Amino acid sequence: MLRDITIGQHFPGDSALHNMDPRAKLVLTLVYIIMLFVASNPIGLGISIVLVFGLYLLAKIPLRLIGKSLKPIIPIILFTAVLNVFFVTGESEPLVSLGFLHIYREGIDYAVLIVVRIICIIAGTSLLTYTTSPIVLTAAIEQLLRPLSKLKFPVHELAMMMTIALRFIPLLIEETDKIMNAQKARGAQLDSGTLMQRVKALIPVLIPLFISAFRRADELAMAMECRCYHGGEGRTRLKELRMSGKDVWLTVAAVVVFVAMGMSNFLWK
Amino acid sequence: MNEHAQTMLEAKDVVFRYSETGSNAIDGLSMQVKKGEYVAVLGANGCGKSTLAKHFNAILLPASGTVWIEEIPTTDEDRLMEMRQKVGMVFQNPDNQIVATVVEEDVAFALENLGVPRDEMRCRVDDAMQMAGIYKYREKAPHKLSGGQKQRVAIAGVIAMRPDCLVLDEATAMLDPIGREKVMHTVHKLNRDYGITVVQITHYMEEAATADRVVVMSAGRIVMEGTPRQVFSQVEAVKALHLDVPQSAELCHALTQAGLPMPDDVIRPEECAAAIYKTLTGKEPPRDV
Repeated sequence: MLRDITIGQHFPGDSALHNMDPRAKLVLTLVYIIMLFVASNPIGLGISIVLVFGLYLLAKIPLRLIGKSLKPIIPIILFTAVLNVFFVTGESEPLVSLGFLHIYREGIDYAVLIVVRIICIIAGTSLLTYTTSPIVLTAAIEQLLRPLSKLKFPVHELAMMMTIALRFIPLLIEETDKIMNAQKARGAQLDSGTLMQRVKALIPVLIPLFISAFRRADELAMAMECRCYHGGEGRTRLKELRMSGKDVWLTVAAVVVFVAMGMSNFLWK
Repeated sequence: MNEHAQTMLEAKDVVFRYSETGSNAIDGLSMQVKKGEYVAVLGANGCGKSTLAKHFNAILLPASGTVWIEEIPTTDEDRLMEMRQKVGMVFQNPDNQIVATVVEEDVAFALENLGVPRDEMRCRVDDAMQMAGIYKYREKAPHKLSGGQKQRVAIAGVIAMRPDCLVLDEATAMLDPIGREKVMHTVHKLNRDYGITVVQITHYMEEAATADRVVVMSAGRIVMEGTPRQVFSQVEAVKALHLDVPQSAELCHALTQAGLPMPDDVIRPEECAAAIYKTLTGKEPPRDV
C-alpha cells in the first residue's frame, strides 16, 4: 500500500511545457498566483480559467487530474464558500434571511470568486509538479535562490537536503513496508483495533525506522566525504539549466496573459 | 623517493582505537600496497579490517603511527581532497552511498564536488559509466536498479574521479551471486586494464583467491600474508582464525586427511578438478578439464 505513493506527482512527457526551463515555470506559477489575487473580477478570473485549461491541453495532461488534485481540499473550498455566503454583507437588501443569517448578493459573488480562485491556484500549481520532475525543480529552486547565498542563506545545503530527501523517500518507504511485515510476523496488529491502539502499534515500526535512518545518514555522510564533498563552494554542475528560444516565447505569452488579467480590473467597474 | 614511486599505500605501526578506554581496533599494524597490485584483506568480524580501510583515505586518522597515500601522510589536511581523489572507497550497502536521484548525476557527484568543468565532466562521467558497464542505465532512478547494478553505480561514481586506488569495504557482501560476479568482473577489469590498485576487504574466500596477495587480520594485526596459494594451503591455520578457505582447498585438504594425497596449493575449482582427475585415473588431465 505504501508503494503506491508517488511524491511530487510527476507525469513525464515531451510537450513544450515539460521541456520548459523549470526556473521560468516556477516564477511564472508564482506570478500566476499573485495575478489571481490582483484580478478580482469575473473577466480576469475568466482569462485565468482559459489559461489553465489551455496549458493542460498543451501539456497533454488529462483534465480529470484537476479533479483529482482538488479532492483533498474540497472541504476547505466548501467551508470558505459557506463562510463568504453568510458573512459578507452588502448595502442592498438581503436576498434571503434565515433568522439571524442574511445572504446578500455580494456574498454570493464573493464566494464564487474565492472558489474559482482556489481551484485555479491548485490546478496551476499542480500543473507545475505534473510537468516538472522533482530533481529538475530542486535545481531550479537552487538557482533561483542563489543570490540569497550572499546573505549567508544556506542555498546549496537546502538544495542538497531536498535532493537527498527525494533520493531516500522510496528507500524509507520500502523499509517501512519491511519493518511492518517483520512486526506483523511477530504478531503486531497494525490494521485493527481502535485509533489509539493503532497509533500505539506504530511505535515498534517507527523506532527501528528512525534508527535505521540515522545509520543510513551516517554511512551516506561518509560516502559523500569519500567523494570529496565539502559543501557548495567551488562546485560545478553536470547539467546547467538553459532558456531555449521556445521558453522565451512561452514566457512572453504568459506575461501578456498576466497583463491582460491585471488590466481587466480597469474594464470591470 | 624511488621507493614511494612504487608504493600506493603504506601503513607503519598504526594504532587506532574508537574510544579512549576501549581496546585497540588496530594494534601496531604495518603493511604496504604496491601500485597496480590487487590485495585482498580477510579477517573475522571485528578484526579491524574495515577500520583499516578507513585509514586508507583519511576518513580515520591513526592514534599513533602513520599512513601514507603515495608520498602524502594522511594527517596532511591541506591535501585531503587530493588524497580522497587518489583513493576511492566503495562501501557495503550501495543504497547508502548513492546521493543523486538519477544514475548519471550520481556518477557526476564527485566531479561536481571537485569543480571539474562541464564538458570534461560529461566525458569523464560517460567513460566511468562505460567502464562499470552501467551506461545503459544512465537515466534511471537508482532505486529501480538491482543490488549489483547499484553497486556498479557506486563504483562508477568513484572511478569518475580517476583514482589510482580503489578500496572496497565488503562491497559484494549484500549482493546476490550474479550481482557479485558482475561487480568482481568490473573490479578485475579496472585492475587489469587500467592499472588501478585494488584493496578488497571481503568475507568471500573465492574472491580472495583471485587476488595477487592475501592479508589476513586478527585482533587488529596482520597474522598471515602471502599469495592466495601460500595462505590457503595452510588450511588449519586459516580455520583457527574463524575463517574459511576456498571450497577447492578445503576439499583437497579433506581428501589428503582421508588418506588420498592431493597437492596442497589448490585454490581454484578447475585446479581441484584436474588434481582429482589425476588421482583417479593416474593420467594428466586433458586440457579442457
